[in-house]
Amino acid sequence: MKTKNLIGFFFFFLLAGTTIQAFGQEVEEKGEGKEKFKASTYILEHIADSHEWHILTKKNGESVAIYLPVIVFSKETGLNIFSSKRLAHGHEYKGFRLEEEGDLKGKIVLVNEEGHVDEENLPLDLSMTKTVVGMLSAAIIGLLLFLSLARSYKKTGISHPKGIQSFLEPIILFVRDDIAIPNIGKDKYEKFMPYLLTAFFFILINNIMGIVPFPPPFGANVTGNIAVTLVLALFTFFITQFNGNKAYWRHILATPGVPFWLLPIIIPVEIMGMFAKPFALMVRLFANITAGHIIVLSLVCIIFIFKSLAVAPVLVIFVIFMDCLELLVAFLQAYVFTLLSALFVSLAVKEHH
Amino acid sequence: MILLASSLTTPAIGTLFWSALIFGLFFLILTKFAWKPILNAVKARDELIKGSLESAEKAREEMLKWQSDNEAILRKAREEREGILKEAREVRDKLISEAKGKAAEEAEKLVEKARTGIEREKIKALSEIHEQVATLSVEIASKLLGEKLKQTGEQEKLIDNYLKEIDFNKN
Repeated sequence: MKTKNLIGFFFFFLLAGTTIQAFGQEVEEKGEGKEKFKASTYILEHIADSHEWHILTKKNGESVAIYLPVIVFSKETGLNIFSSKRLAHGHEYKGFRLEEEGDLKGKIVLVNEEGHVDEENLPLDLSMTKTVVGMLSAAIIGLLLFLSLARSYKKTGISHPKGIQSFLEPIILFVRDDIAIPNIGKDKYEKFMPYLLTAFFFILINNIMGIVPFPPPFGANVTGNIAVTLVLALFTFFITQFNGNKAYWRHILATPGVPFWLLPIIIPVEIMGMFAKPFALMVRLFANITAGHIIVLSLVCIIFIFKSLAVAPVLVIFVIFMDCLELLVAFLQAYVFTLLSALFVSLAVKEHH
Repeated sequence: MILLASSLTTPAIGTLFWSALIFGLFFLILTKFAWKPILNAVKARDELIKGSLESAEKAREEMLKWQSDNEAILRKAREEREGILKEAREVRDKLISEAKGKAAEEAEKLVEKARTGIEREKIKALSEIHEQVATLSVEIASKLLGEKLKQTGEQEKLIDNYLKEIDFNKN
């Protein structure tokens, strides 16, 4: 009975969703002349990184935002640190400008005295962007959480878990008993537990904070930023390579059991495999989180495309449904990233017979 | 879509730098101050639980062993008791039978003694009776033959012979 209801519910959503999509397209085609609401721009602006943390735009066009610090370095000007407010609305400051249109949109460029932009030599932008601040907040929350957890362990000793322990310990034990030990093995897992736990909770906290839309520091698309997932994947990559044993390297550089004339093909494939694994890690996390955000934002956009509040109730239900799914994905992707990291590490440390 | 390709899928250097820094520090600090104590505490607890379970199991096994030992001891004691009882019974029986045998022998001996005594007395009595009868018969004969019949040795011999012919054991 319950499953039947669920299936019916699901099809209703599918139907409602597709009709709305069809209507939306029509409206977009008809709506000419006036300033058209561009869903793709809106969505991309929410997903992409930015130098300010936009909160809302007032009716008169003024925007309320948190202006984040800009840190730029160029050979001509040296290191510059200033608030991104100085670059708001296309203002120039110390020869720097935040491009608002074109290929370099969202990037800080140097403008020379004639007003030309040197597109070849972009200044090195090390700004504390929205992503960075979101990530830093997640890290601080994580530190507070786990340092206090460690302190409570010192207090309770070996007695049963209390308070925050009873919530976090099962997750830690899950990472140990269901990710590390089955993959890496009982005698070697301990060395990799800190990394696996760090990766798991870093991704999890960022994923969950990314789902919550408001207020800052929630709502930054951290794990949906390819640079962040690249760094995470690189950590796994280096940990894997540095811990690779003899058997692992022999498997790559002189694959046993392969005829020697096949080695010129096999070795490049194996070396590609070394890089393909972290690449897959990077893309998987990035794509899953970004896709989830795009879906939620698209659903919200439908209200603006229709210019009607009548569709809102259905869409709110839909968005809640998507958010639940996103919450699942937040855990799932943290789990998958950790699981695959453990798997890659296990391939490098396993004793081949 | 070009925008998507450029801004979303190109890692920005600044974000790379900050991600590496933040994640690296997060990793280092947590490893040193959180994961090690937490994992050690959890491990210590796990080991304690495992150790307790093991010692409980050992104690159970020991108890079972003791139980079986006790049973063996009991069984042995029972067997010993049985053996002792059996032996006692045997000894008793033997004693009784020995005593019986001895008593019977003694009785036999007594009876034998009595019988020989009786025999002797009888013979004595008989010889006395012989004498008495002889004197009596002499007296009777003298009385019958008169007072002049002399008591001579020849006569007495004669009477003795007669008396011997009479078998007292008959009748």
